[in-house]
Amino acid sequence: MIANQIPITPELVAQHGLKPDEYQRILDLIGREPTLTELGIFSAMWNEHCSYKSSRIHLKGLPTKAPWVIQGPGENAGVIDIGDGMAVVFKMESHNHPSFIEPYQGAATGCGGILRDVFTMGARPIAALNALRFGDPKHPRTRHLISGVVAGIGHYGNAFGVPTVGGQFGFHTRYDGNILVNAMAVGICRSDQIFYAAATGVGNPIVYLGSKTGRDGIHGATMASAEFDEGSEEKRPTVQVGDPFAEKLLLEACLELMASGSVIAIQDMGAAGLTCSAVEMGAKGDLGVELDLDSVPTREAAMSAYEMMLSESQERMLMVLDPAREEDAKAIFTKWGLDFAIVGYTTNDLKFRVKHGGEEMAVLPIKELGDEAPLYDRPWVPTPKAPVIAASDVPAPASLGKALLTLLGSPDLCSKRWVFEQYDHLILGNTVQRPGGDAAVVRIEDGPKGLAITCDVTPRYCENDPIEGGKQAVAEAWRNITAVGGRPLAITDNLNFGNPERPEIMGQFVGCLKGISEACVALDFPIVSGNVSLYNETQGRGILPTPTIGGVGVVDDVAKSATLAFKDAGEPIILIGETTGWLGASTYRAVIHQREDGAPPPVDLETERRNGNFVRGLIAHGKATAVHDLSDGGLAIALAEMAISGKIGALISALPEGIPAHAALFGEDQARYVLTTDDPEKVLSDAAAAGVPALCIGSTGGNALTLPDGESIPVSDLEHAHESWLPAYMSGALDVSEN
Amino acid sequence: MKARVTVTLKTSVLDPQGKAIEGSLRSLGFDGVESVRQGKVFDLEVAGEDKAKAEADIKAMCEKLLANTVIESYRVEIAG
Amino acid sequence: MKSAVILFPGSNRERDAARALKAATGRESEIIWHGETALPDGTDIVVLPGGFSYGDYLRCGAIAARSPVMEAVRAHANRGGLVLGICNGFQILVESGLLPGALLRNSHLKFVCRMQHLKVERVGTPFTRDYRQGQVVEVAVAHGDGNYLADPETLARIEGEGLVAFRYCDASGNHLEGSPNGSMNAIAGVYSEKLNVLGMMPHPENLIDPLVGGTDGLGLFTSIAGGARAA
Repeated sequence: MIANQIPITPELVAQHGLKPDEYQRILDLIGREPTLTELGIFSAMWNEHCSYKSSRIHLKGLPTKAPWVIQGPGENAGVIDIGDGMAVVFKMESHNHPSFIEPYQGAATGCGGILRDVFTMGARPIAALNALRFGDPKHPRTRHLISGVVAGIGHYGNAFGVPTVGGQFGFHTRYDGNILVNAMAVGICRSDQIFYAAATGVGNPIVYLGSKTGRDGIHGATMASAEFDEGSEEKRPTVQVGDPFAEKLLLEACLELMASGSVIAIQDMGAAGLTCSAVEMGAKGDLGVELDLDSVPTREAAMSAYEMMLSESQERMLMVLDPAREEDAKAIFTKWGLDFAIVGYTTNDLKFRVKHGGEEMAVLPIKELGDEAPLYDRPWVPTPKAPVIAASDVPAPASLGKALLTLLGSPDLCSKRWVFEQYDHLILGNTVQRPGGDAAVVRIEDGPKGLAITCDVTPRYCENDPIEGGKQAVAEAWRNITAVGGRPLAITDNLNFGNPERPEIMGQFVGCLKGISEACVALDFPIVSGNVSLYNETQGRGILPTPTIGGVGVVDDVAKSATLAFKDAGEPIILIGETTGWLGASTYRAVIHQREDGAPPPVDLETERRNGNFVRGLIAHGKATAVHDLSDGGLAIALAEMAISGKIGALISALPEGIPAHAALFGEDQARYVLTTDDPEKVLSDAAAAGVPALCIGSTGGNALTLPDGESIPVSDLEHAHESWLPAYMSGALDVSEN
Repeated sequence: MKARVTVTLKTSVLDPQGKAIEGSLRSLGFDGVESVRQGKVFDLEVAGEDKAKAEADIKAMCEKLLANTVIESYRVEIAG
Repeated sequence: MKSAVILFPGSNRERDAARALKAATGRESEIIWHGETALPDGTDIVVLPGGFSYGDYLRCGAIAARSPVMEAVRAHANRGGLVLGICNGFQILVESGLLPGALLRNSHLKFVCRMQHLKVERVGTPFTRDYRQGQVVEVAVAHGDGNYLADPETLARIEGEGLVAFRYCDASGNHLEGSPNGSMNAIAGVYSEKLNVLGMMPHPENLIDPLVGGTDGLGLFTSIAGGARAA
């Protein structure tokens, strides 16, 4: 067993990821040298992941309030009111580094963690999404990472029994050494039955539930423990392993326990397990906590206090129970075959006490562990403005049709069927819109209400202009929800960046937050939960700034939600919004010319709102037969996707005037939609009255997409281009080195 | 007493996981691999000294639970 | 019409099954815990739902097949009572010996979730009276271990006695070889000899509503409901 009373050397402090001045802060706070267990507790509470020490100062100003927000950031997940006495609980969280090390288990435990965050609040998960970013397809590890991450997500979500209904999936060489796995979960509960982490009442039992504790994922201890007990293979920290079966039992047991009325407070054991969860429960409730580790169910022999406090074993929870209901609670857990142990009590002295083998291993001030964590206002420099690139400076392709096929079959824009068919997206029988549309639509119970859910961000926009990129990520989530007929209500954000100690990275972070903030305010789309993942950097090269936005909206009647597939021949196609032919930072330029420079398309939030509200009104009044938002790849990609999905072609006869055809077709101007209607006069006159640009560009029909220059591409060719790349790449049949 | 049970798919049953592993070994340059069959190993500790009884018990366990004899065959080894 | 849905630890489509039964029969199903040793009096049909019972950690359905409630299910089947096993439920039925054959890992080794056409191979059973012979229906599949296998004699017997319930096919009804999971003879579901036990990998219970993909699965449940009324 690791000794608790050992001299704390500067090396040991460094191995725990604490800087010398941070260690001094600990000494000042407790007035003595910490024990090893205490050092471990501080390292867990004060690391970037738990304390948000680099980001907290900037997160404070984010818009988090609206009349429909029940719970903003700070709890296990955010909660919004959707009427009829129902609430939606949701959050997104990253599991980037573990997924790079061990893609299958890393991604699986990422899914498990976020599902737990949702059901900890009393909600039954009804949908999961994943935003994934991988390195260059040519990179030797990319295929292996994709196959592991996708299988891991499927393994966990499919067995747990939540439909995985959507997400994002992209490639870029800047993720070669740091892939992103951002998992989002959405749950439903009664708005008067939400459970929180804050403990109440002195002397109430603290109960440990779920799987047993092993030596999984003990971070700071990696090298330290080797010094204490060398040659002990068994004590090596291991990869966390997910057990969706245990999680499913934990879900059912927790919901049953909550319904029984015996739960006072509940907290998931996520990062830094027992330490973080116990401290948060006490600190939020202004109470002390005393833990007796002898009662903690363990999987491995001779675990020390240090190891138990830092273990990240999965599928565990901590609860404060009504002492009068202890036996009922125990019966429920026994029925589900889960461990149930009273591991401590709430106290009135605001101390965090940890006992083990009759000895006191740690006595720390509980509030200060969180409140006095270091806070950094790290230096930052604004990202230099990228030049605006005129459409006329971007060469046109020899053939618009060939360019379209190339884009449709490019890694970022191709169909992700290979991925989503490995996820059970149909379980629960409420998936009204399946993966592949603008937003997933999931009916709530027997309807008619449903949720529209989406994940969005365009990292190359954020790289070239963090502020506009941040705005665009929020605007696109808002637009995707609108395009299915939903009312956007709130977001969760997963902020993935490089090393915050570099001023230019911190500048990206600050810029993106500014843009996100502006867009949230302008679109009444507050942030209710989120997660920050920094240090996504390898050998001095950071990832593209990737603030993933998970948006949730309500569809009042799922029977009226819009889909992107063309429905019938002979329907006029209308382009909504202003087209300037913006090709700077576009997918066209990246794929066809291998250049990603230039200012991204500006986001005018007032226009965004006006155009979106107009489209949502059309859908509500049954005036739009198909709707698709325009994003990566612009109008041409949107039309191709509508044709493929509906197996109906289209004749495009007009494009916005005064713009080169390739810029009109592939430009990525914002706040735009394309739709079909059986009442074009009404749509065009209503648009004019609302001040919304609308142009009839052609009509549906035939089995080819015909462009204004007369070039005609069979829908089957579009589909083939769209569907082929990913399966061929993953099977190894495609030689990407020659791409 | 320690015992090890090995369960593999019967040779008449196609083993896609084994095939995949076989292909992967070849692509790593192990040319001599003629075939791979994968399976499961169970390490049991059983009370008592009677080897014959232990073996009979464990065979019953295989028949009842550890193996699906429609598709799998099993082998029991008792240590010592 | 009284239905019971068995809940094993790790089942996850029990609500979907109960919902489909309610849509067809108008009555709530009883959810029966795996530790029970008897079924509710007067149970007409027992459904073993989809999921990952016991994590599918030994073999899919293996541990569930040996749980206490399965003795009651076996007795119910032996009395001629109806038993429907869907996905993991099918795996439990073959593991318990109530149906012939075995379900192995999908031949492509990946979990597969998608819409899939099926051909109704035998009508006039308690499960298919509302379908037409040879009708092609579109339902969902969602499984990692649906690769049906039987030894040559068993396979010949199943085919000879017309015990194949459904086969995977394309939209025109042509049988699919190898897809979606590598099953022998494209078998998606089989009956017991007396036609009162049906196991199938696809999920008809998720296709009962025009808003959520269609109603091609509902016929199976209305067939059950109609049969129970007639009896």
